[in-house]
Amino acid sequence: MALEPSEVEKIAHLARLAIDADDVPVYARNLSSILAFVEQLNEIDTDGVLPMAHPLDTAQRLRADVVSETDQREHFLRNAPSVEAGLFLVPKVIE
Amino acid sequence: MHNKTLAELAVGLQAKAFSSEELTRHYLDRIKTYDAQLNSIVTLTEDIALAQAKAADVKIAAGDAGPLTGIPYAHKDIFCTNGVRTACGSKMLDKFVAPYDATVTRKLQEAGAVMLGKTNMDEFAMGSSNETSFYGPVKNPWNTDAVPGGSSGGSAAAVAGRLAPAATGTDTGGSIRQPAALCGITGIKPTYGLCSRYGMIAFASSLDQAGPMTRTAEDAAIMLGAMTGFDPADSTSLDRPVEDYSAKLNDDIKGLKIGLPKEYFGEGLDAEVGKVVQDAIEVLKKQGAEIVEISLPNTKLSVPTYYVVAPAECSSNLSRMDGVRFGHRCDNPKDLEDLYKRSRGEGFGSEVKRRIMVGTYALSAGYYDAYYLKAQQVRRLIADDFKKAFEQCDVIVGPTSPTVAFNIGAKVDDPVTMYLSDIYTIAVNLAGLPGMSVPAGFAGNLPVGMQLIGNYFAEAQLLNVAHQYQLATDWHTRAPEAFA
Repeated sequence: MALEPSEVEKIAHLARLAIDADDVPVYARNLSSILAFVEQLNEIDTDGVLPMAHPLDTAQRLRADVVSETDQREHFLRNAPSVEAGLFLVPKVIE
Repeated sequence: MHNKTLAELAVGLQAKAFSSEELTRHYLDRIKTYDAQLNSIVTLTEDIALAQAKAADVKIAAGDAGPLTGIPYAHKDIFCTNGVRTACGSKMLDKFVAPYDATVTRKLQEAGAVMLGKTNMDEFAMGSSNETSFYGPVKNPWNTDAVPGGSSGGSAAAVAGRLAPAATGTDTGGSIRQPAALCGITGIKPTYGLCSRYGMIAFASSLDQAGPMTRTAEDAAIMLGAMTGFDPADSTSLDRPVEDYSAKLNDDIKGLKIGLPKEYFGEGLDAEVGKVVQDAIEVLKKQGAEIVEISLPNTKLSVPTYYVVAPAECSSNLSRMDGVRFGHRCDNPKDLEDLYKRSRGEGFGSEVKRRIMVGTYALSAGYYDAYYLKAQQVRRLIADDFKKAFEQCDVIVGPTSPTVAFNIGAKVDDPVTMYLSDIYTIAVNLAGLPGMSVPAGFAGNLPVGMQLIGNYFAEAQLLNVAHQYQLATDWHTRAPEAFA
């Protein structure tokens, strides 16, 4: 499986990653070698094998629907790169 | 003082041969003197350490001390530590000050342990050599041209270099066991679900587990006891009572059935490493263990399976790093998409970007069944191999890593070759089993680790076998000359 540079650009867009144009061929080469490596899985017969999502096959634990978190807005906003009026600030989204 | 084990230091503290403050100052001084050669500590937390040491001394004086009270340790920088920069080896989190403690951080603090600092690691724990860290590679104390292994390379180097008697690690595909092997120390990854993942920055959530890295199995048992336990804040934490992992250490191993998987001794294993591990198995035989030949036929598939499952999970987990609520933000974003893309493009290193892209591709429309679903099916085949093996034996033994530590730079341009250095450790994470690495000798001048794999919840048994082996050998007492 060899990825074209245009496919790398598409994947980078889906992952919201800016990649330098100069690096695209390098990623194409590396990702292609990783995908070629994992393709050996296709040779294995897995008909009827139940997919294993979690090592212990346990069910999701439930808890009572009660408030467990206190309001720590100011505390958690301290790591934000840009804040205004207690809100996270991003470039304008709605015109 | 720094050549004593954690257990010996605990005896010294409680006998008041020295205070925790004296012990802590000794290790802080060692870090300041020696770590320039290793780059194992990214944040020295001197003020916290001295405050915790003084508090520990008060407890000891009051006769209210546990086995970890006053014991210094180095904490992998993947565990959130309230008020301390927690960077996870990444530029993305270079200025991130954790607003809360990970459960493992809190538990060690409650046990009275003294945090010396945060250890260097591969970026977001993605690496087998510690070369992907934003803070530069860690050096192996046995040969500073060589890697310490990864991703818990800083923790391994700090313990091997006698800069801390113990350290924490995390293991997603071998990140405790492989660096422990390459640096000549002891490390254990417990059964998935025993240590809380709360506040442990997520890489691949169905594989990540925390564990201790120490010089001896006896020390690892003490640390593990403090790190494990049910945590309602982690949805995959197991609700089981905490075991006394030291309880079985002194049992003899007569009649113990040790399985040797033929796939772990074949092609790809360095001949000298293989010989060291065979010699170690002879020691266990002399102690009464019986050897059983076993097979784990899907071993070869574990690395490709892992490199679908782990990137898929990481691409999802790392989507939270978007430059909005915390972490790196690019300058002058022209719109929201530009903010996301450039913040992530600048904040992540190339290995992390590679894995995010592999995961994104494997999960994207039209490819999900062919990659992710297929890998989850093969994952079950790999787990079933172990199920069958444990019908024939009690513990599985083999090499931890196919080679000794390689030189810095030797594999950076070839991701697949780098990934194959985890061939013997990855399957254990896919199955969720406990595994550990124990110093077993040297090939050339570099340490070799013997891996022990147990059935679910067999931590105490693994520690027992490791302790019995360490009673009969002295590999775990060897110190790299420059740091002795």
